[in-house]
Amino acid sequence: MMSLLQFIPGAGFHQKHLGFEWGPGDLLVYETNYKLQGIRPRSAGSPSVHVVRRDEDICSPILRKLFNESHLIFVGLQKIKEDVPSKNKKSQFVSISKNYRSVIRACMEELQQNAGKRSPDTHHVSILLAIELIWNLCEVLFIDAAPAGSLLLHLLDWVRLHKSDVDARAREVLQSDSPAQHQSYWDVPAGTQTLTEFDVKWRHWHEECDRCLQDNTFASNRHLETICKILVGDEDTLLEQRELLSTWYHFLVTRLLFTHPTIKPPDLHYYAQSSMNMFLGPRASPEPLDIILLSAFEFDLHQVIKDCSIALNNWWFVAHLTDLLDHCKLLQSHNLQCVSHIRSSYLSYMHVCVSLWQLAVDYFDHCPEFGRVYLELQIERVPLDTERKAIKVLRICEDRQMSEQVRSICKIMAKRALRNNRLGSALSWSIRAKDAAFATLISERFLQDYSNKGFFTDLDLLDNLGPAMLLSDRLTFLGKYREFHRLYGEKRFSEAARLLLSLMTAKIAPRSLWMTLLTDALPLLEQKEVIFSVDQTYELMSCLEELNSGTKDLNQTDQDEDIESTKTELLRLALARNLAMAIVKEGTIET
Amino acid sequence: MDPTAKYISQKISRTRWRPVPAGLLQQPEVFAAGSWDNESNRVSIWSLGDDDSDTDGEFDEEPRLLCDSEHDGDVTDLQFLDGDRLVSASSSGAVAILKLQPDCQALSLAHVWERAHRYSCDNAPCTAVVCRSPELVSVGEDGRVILYKADQTEVVRVIENADSSTIHAVTFLRTTEVLTVNSIGQLKMWDFRQQSDSPAQILSLTGDRVPLHCVDKHPNQQHIVATGGQDGMLCIWDVRQGNTPFSLIEAHSAEMWEVHFHPSNPNHLFTCSEDGSLLHWETTSGSDMSTLLQRGWNSRVVSHSGVPLAGEDDSVVSSWLAGDSSKNRLEATHMLPSQTLSVNSLDVLEQCLVCGTDGEAVYVHRQLPNFSI
Repeated sequence: MMSLLQFIPGAGFHQKHLGFEWGPGDLLVYETNYKLQGIRPRSAGSPSVHVVRRDEDICSPILRKLFNESHLIFVGLQKIKEDVPSKNKKSQFVSISKNYRSVIRACMEELQQNAGKRSPDTHHVSILLAIELIWNLCEVLFIDAAPAGSLLLHLLDWVRLHKSDVDARAREVLQSDSPAQHQSYWDVPAGTQTLTEFDVKWRHWHEECDRCLQDNTFASNRHLETICKILVGDEDTLLEQRELLSTWYHFLVTRLLFTHPTIKPPDLHYYAQSSMNMFLGPRASPEPLDIILLSAFEFDLHQVIKDCSIALNNWWFVAHLTDLLDHCKLLQSHNLQCVSHIRSSYLSYMHVCVSLWQLAVDYFDHCPEFGRVYLELQIERVPLDTERKAIKVLRICEDRQMSEQVRSICKIMAKRALRNNRLGSALSWSIRAKDAAFATLISERFLQDYSNKGFFTDLDLLDNLGPAMLLSDRLTFLGKYREFHRLYGEKRFSEAARLLLSLMTAKIAPRSLWMTLLTDALPLLEQKEVIFSVDQTYELMSCLEELNSGTKDLNQTDQDEDIESTKTELLRLALARNLAMAIVKEGTIET
Repeated sequence: MDPTAKYISQKISRTRWRPVPAGLLQQPEVFAAGSWDNESNRVSIWSLGDDDSDTDGEFDEEPRLLCDSEHDGDVTDLQFLDGDRLVSASSSGAVAILKLQPDCQALSLAHVWERAHRYSCDNAPCTAVVCRSPELVSVGEDGRVILYKADQTEVVRVIENADSSTIHAVTFLRTTEVLTVNSIGQLKMWDFRQQSDSPAQILSLTGDRVPLHCVDKHPNQQHIVATGGQDGMLCIWDVRQGNTPFSLIEAHSAEMWEVHFHPSNPNHLFTCSEDGSLLHWETTSGSDMSTLLQRGWNSRVVSHSGVPLAGEDDSVVSSWLAGDSSKNRLEATHMLPSQTLSVNSLDVLEQCLVCGTDGEAVYVHRQLPNFSI
């Protein structure tokens, strides 16, 4: 565990105690009201809050590539169907594991190219190296589950991949001997012979080497003698080549190569433990990486995961590896909680880089138990800077039937639109959320604007409401009312009249607006031509009376009352005149 | 052939090919990409490398970064004005002209109209911009349509309150006419020769008012226009003829972000969507797109390799107008190997296709499969 000492400029200026609070990726430091003892306080200034963030830049461009590429692999992995037979699945899992590793490798290479410029990158490179090493070993031992015979070859590849320069020299050492003796050696992977056949041949060869040593055949040439000793697997000789080998696991694999090429997986751990002890010597203590590798050789998967979580401080690795192992059905049930915990830790780690919220969604989807809940909480906190972003968030919610969140997001956007006077936008958000209450609010706004200005704004919207009109009663009224105005403007008076009347009789119009509607009827009543029929006039009259019979509004001033009664009188007069003319018209027989 | 993928560590909102000089019959090599949703957004210029390909025509070159420049706010749209000028639209409401130095060594800001789109007390994102040199038109969430000239510092004309809802996209129809689409599913035609601030024509679907997000005009026939919307439906309209679209195709299962006719071969259409797919639509019969439009077609979606992709919805066959189904077919092919996060943008020029996703990857096809001019 490293401890960091960081000087925060400006903190503690006022000689007050500082408090702090942990956040998901940062630390909040604030000044409290408590004075430090014995110090005279300076003048009270405004307290400040400091956000302290770790230098390690999770949002570094190269690491982001790692997150994005691995996300694609992760999603592909989740899609592998359960019913595929396990033989085919194994090769799929191995190839997925290789994909992950190639992503790690690409990331590492890029970091190494930039390594000179930024020191945190070198730190990342060494972590990625360790990760790839462990992952590769887990792939060989657990995912590919190489059986005896090919196990050693895979281990050879593994060691080779990670110690390429050493390998070159080792190859030199090996090549200096007769190639023929090695031919049969490399025949194993082709499967041209069974394990036992190979074993017999190998033992025969091994005995021959031994005999050469005993006979001092190579006594004249020390170099050749050393080689022969190596071939026989003499541990002391091998240990002498410590620099070439550089790590205990290289020593292990070399040792196995020359003493037990047909090693079986369960026997691995004995050799691993002893190799490590022999190589490291009595004084050196194993590093965390060594312990992890040793646990892997012991096939203790649980221990490997546990140690990785603690030692590596890299949730990306643990989360993805355990997910793959889980798919391979290698984790026992008591590990599943572990998986869940690991995944949520990865998510909170990703949370620090705010842009990655879309990646996180797929991980939340596959988080057992609490994934859905976390996602619901998380998605509501994504800042909605633009409509496009809000649309993307909504799509995520709608796809997962998160109706609460859909409603609340649409409401936020609609309110914002309303505040900026974008009534069409506000309406479109209400339509998406099927929010009748908000649609009513918007309609009220329109009607208010109309009564303030005397004309309708946003006619392009009102004239083209379409089926959206049915979302709320008030909205329907608004649409129809606008239609009335339009009909009037087009001089289609009888249709307009019919519509106006229906607005009142069908109770689409709110009571509060009846007076306005009746006033709108006045010009129609005053036309030379009779527009309202007798029946229609009677209905208008009854509407007027219904309106007047209602309880008086006590808040009305005297002036308002006067206006109201004048209006009523005018209407009554107009209606009466219209009635008279209508009766005459309808009574007249056309000749 | 699979496209080349390049992860560029920023979510990509727009990718655009740099125009090749006319008459040279070159394949495009340089494209611009704009980012969004980052703490600091950038417009970047990328090159595909040398055109001297190997004899077998394999291009394994990844795109490499030539230059980039910081951008204030999300890049909501990007268009090349000409070979060395780029117009960008920002979520801060600004419209900027960026100049690309010769040899693409640097990208610098030539001119910016700050707060071209705005609310009275807040910023309003500019949602789209279209160019026909030297004129530019931008539209935004504030419902304004603004006309600029590239060399003039003042805007030429503003149509205030052009729309009560957000205008999502705009395209030139004729030199003085533009077509806009908005979030209540309307297409509006604006004629700048007219003094009044009201649209010359309004078209919309008779059904639900589904927001429209993208629009593109047929390169040869001015009156044919394709739109895509929130429900992933691809609609083809004839703007001369009334109020309903000719064709309605269920193209995608989520918002369609961009639709493009191929500029030199309009029998090919490309769409990309929030559902993570990019589709290439082409007619399989001999007739060209416009005849097909009048007669109608059946459409069938096939995946790139002929095998259905995981998660693909089988019922993406359109409901369709009567047509001579045996002869007229419209086929769609998936252009990306697997389902990614949302494909936000695409651009197609000659034989090359470039697109950008929310998975921070750019995909480039240097040779569109089954494509002939």
